[in-house]
Amino acid sequence: MFTALHLAIIAPFLAAVFVPLLYKKIPSIHTGWFVLIVPAILFVYFLQYIPTTSEEGAVSAVFPWIPSLGIHFRAYVDGLGLLFTLLITGIGALVVLYSIYYLSKKRESLHTFYTFLLMFMGAMLGVVLSDNMIVLYLFWEVTSVSSFLLISYWYEREKSLYGALKSMLITVLGGFSMLVGFVLLYSITGTFSIQETIAATSETASHNLFLPAMLAILLGAFTKSAQFPFHIWLPDAMEAPTPVSAYLHSATMVKAGIYLIARLTPVFAVSGEWLWIVAGFGITTLFWGSFSAVRQTDLKGILAYSTVSQLGMIISMLGVGAAALHFDGANGNNVFIGATTAALFHLFNHATFKGSLFMMVGIVDHETGTRDIRNLGGLMTIMPITFTIAAIGSFSMAGLPPFNGFLSKELFFTSMVNITEFQQFNMDTIGMVFPAVAWIASVFTFIYSMIVVFKTFTGPLQKEKLDTKPHEAPFGMLLAPIVLVSLVIVIGFFPNVLSYTIIAPAMASILSPLLEQGQQFEVDIYFWHGFGTPLKMTIGVVIAGILLYLGMKKWKGVYRLFPEKLSFNNLYDQTLDKGEVLSQKIMGAHMNGFIRNYLVYIFAFIAAFLLITMFYKGAFTIDVSDTAPITIYESILFLVLFAAVGVMMFTTSRLTMIIGLGVAGYTVAMFFVIFRAPDLALTQLIIETVSVALFLLCFYHLPQIAKNLEPIRFKAVNFIISAAVGITVTLIGISAGSSRMFESISGFFKDYSYKEAGGRNMVNVILVDFRGFDTMLEILVLGIAAAGIFTMIRLRLAGRDEL
Amino acid sequence: MIQGILTASAAILSLSILLTLFRVAKGPSMPDRVLALDMMGINLISLTAVVSLIQDTTAYLEVALLLGILAFIGTVAFSKFIEKGVVIERRRD
Repeated sequence: MFTALHLAIIAPFLAAVFVPLLYKKIPSIHTGWFVLIVPAILFVYFLQYIPTTSEEGAVSAVFPWIPSLGIHFRAYVDGLGLLFTLLITGIGALVVLYSIYYLSKKRESLHTFYTFLLMFMGAMLGVVLSDNMIVLYLFWEVTSVSSFLLISYWYEREKSLYGALKSMLITVLGGFSMLVGFVLLYSITGTFSIQETIAATSETASHNLFLPAMLAILLGAFTKSAQFPFHIWLPDAMEAPTPVSAYLHSATMVKAGIYLIARLTPVFAVSGEWLWIVAGFGITTLFWGSFSAVRQTDLKGILAYSTVSQLGMIISMLGVGAAALHFDGANGNNVFIGATTAALFHLFNHATFKGSLFMMVGIVDHETGTRDIRNLGGLMTIMPITFTIAAIGSFSMAGLPPFNGFLSKELFFTSMVNITEFQQFNMDTIGMVFPAVAWIASVFTFIYSMIVVFKTFTGPLQKEKLDTKPHEAPFGMLLAPIVLVSLVIVIGFFPNVLSYTIIAPAMASILSPLLEQGQQFEVDIYFWHGFGTPLKMTIGVVIAGILLYLGMKKWKGVYRLFPEKLSFNNLYDQTLDKGEVLSQKIMGAHMNGFIRNYLVYIFAFIAAFLLITMFYKGAFTIDVSDTAPITIYESILFLVLFAAVGVMMFTTSRLTMIIGLGVAGYTVAMFFVIFRAPDLALTQLIIETVSVALFLLCFYHLPQIAKNLEPIRFKAVNFIISAAVGITVTLIGISAGSSRMFESISGFFKDYSYKEAGGRNMVNVILVDFRGFDTMLEILVLGIAAAGIFTMIRLRLAGRDEL
Repeated sequence: MIQGILTASAAILSLSILLTLFRVAKGPSMPDRVLALDMMGINLISLTAVVSLIQDTTAYLEVALLLGILAFIGTVAFSKFIEKGVVIERRRD
């Protein structure tokens, strides 16, 4: 049944249809104002689900789409889905508001922008609210496509197209892999429903296809969420307009992979591989992203790598949180649950501060004309509000109190320290790397956060390097980031507003096997949580970060140790380039335009295929019991035929060849006579005469130089292949003749051709009576041939001289 | 007795076809080949007749007649080709 929930999911698509109309009909009002209504209403609508999911669990509604294939559009709202839904609609509304002031009504084609954006929003809602994997995959691909369209929004720029292509190739690669994973899961469980798959976990884990399905789905999640080494598309996607970067590439689309991992944790987390792969890739990405962010000079580049790094952090926490499933129950002893809490909490926090930072960068770009930190500086007094936003966002990102980033970073350290006590899958030994890497990555995070604030807003103002005279942004543009940073502060001081409304229900979806009926996770996020290891680690991060930031000039040379050639971007570029060259080479090597080569492939394949098949099936038989005796005439005719063919093969004159062909044809006619087929003999004689005449006609029109041949050179390959084809066909003919399985049906024609059809000439009766249909079509063939010849001769569009 | 003679004559005719084939292959000039081909046609007519006697059937008489016509047309066409370079002349205008 199609419910209001379904309508809410596809509402953005429906709205997208009207966007161009509004843009054309009401040009006086910025189209964004109309678009703003959609996410705002949806946000309010989905807020109503909070009590439902926190108290009663999930809500679902089924709309049968392709019932015969088990594909239903099942909208499923639980804690996890709702968390993402609120992010999508809430930040969606803020981004639309921001874009109204960011995108000029006069210069930009707003209708395409808002159509793509609404498409994306609807697709994202579909991804997080679909219970059916195929429907999820459908929406997943729509997010890839709409992201492609949004990145290439300024399609006249080379770099936009490059970035769009790159993100498309990488995310679609992952999307296909994910589809494979879903199909594998389907073949294990027989259902496309995620909830039913979760219910069937016990039988899934022991299945052979479990690991391939897990790897395929993880590849999809990692490419979408820009995990190492698939993170390379995200920095290039920064060519998109800033609202797009803020929305897609920090808050929503890149979290689709996180959503997928979180959603399927109950299915896969029972295996140790999941824990190691998810946590391992996450922590690697965390380090690599934060390390790479420091070397960037473009503000959006820094934020892109920072996003990569933070996504890695969330994913590593989700991986570590999977350890909780190896313990029973949701009681206080199960410390690994905390990692999942931290993941969800940071997921929410990251969306708030990263969204505001992107919008801040957009404002700086908009008001100064550059995003390069080497040209920026001293904007603090000119743009005080923007500076405040940047400071709050960055300090939160760096994990400083009293902002929400501090809380999630503390929870992160806690979970990383706890995992070393995990007794399974070698975690207690090799697991030590997790807190160590996490700490180093946090230092780098601190450094680039400081770069974002201090390189942009402090120091000398370099007026000559700026395109425009800098000034504070209009209030409308500042409104959306102000809302986000307010959230950063509010959640920083009152983190528990989220605990039972959003985070606990979301945890219940991720760690569902741990919960008894009616039980709830305890989520308590305290600002002051005791002077433990995590706090010491944070203090260490701040001290080391400040020292490294101040002495950055001294150690920046470290980045030159990694040459550009060894980067993953270079690998991607080379793969594309070399792949193209290689495929051209392969195609050029065998598709070289010579028909003789293609004939060699065809005949070699025929001979090899038939010989191998016949040989393996043991089908070669020679049975002479049913053969007729050979008469003297047949032997002589055979000699004639043999001689004629021989003449044709070895002559050096084309005319002799034609005559030889004629002789062969007449000899075949004589064979028809001997084998008592008068009709065939008659036809064969006439046809042979006509075709010899036609050959002579062709011969006459040959250029003089081609009329006589060189002596035909012996080519071993050709000889082998022609001999092989001849032998194959002969052997198959003999074998077929020797193994007759059924009586022929010709007895029927003999008995009935006069009785039923009134003709004594059996051949003709068959041709026009018993099987007249074939004859009709062969007449058609002749007609087409005649028409074709006539057309070819008469129709000379190109003109004769040009040929 | 009759069968024996028929068989013998068929064999002789076949042999003569083989010999004319040698002339077709050898040449040396184009008219030699065309004549040999014509002769082969007539031999084929005779062979068809003998074979139809051996097989005791009248079904091949058309074949013999057709061969006669074709051999004639073919020889004329070849001759004209050798003489004039074309078989069917275009309408003079």
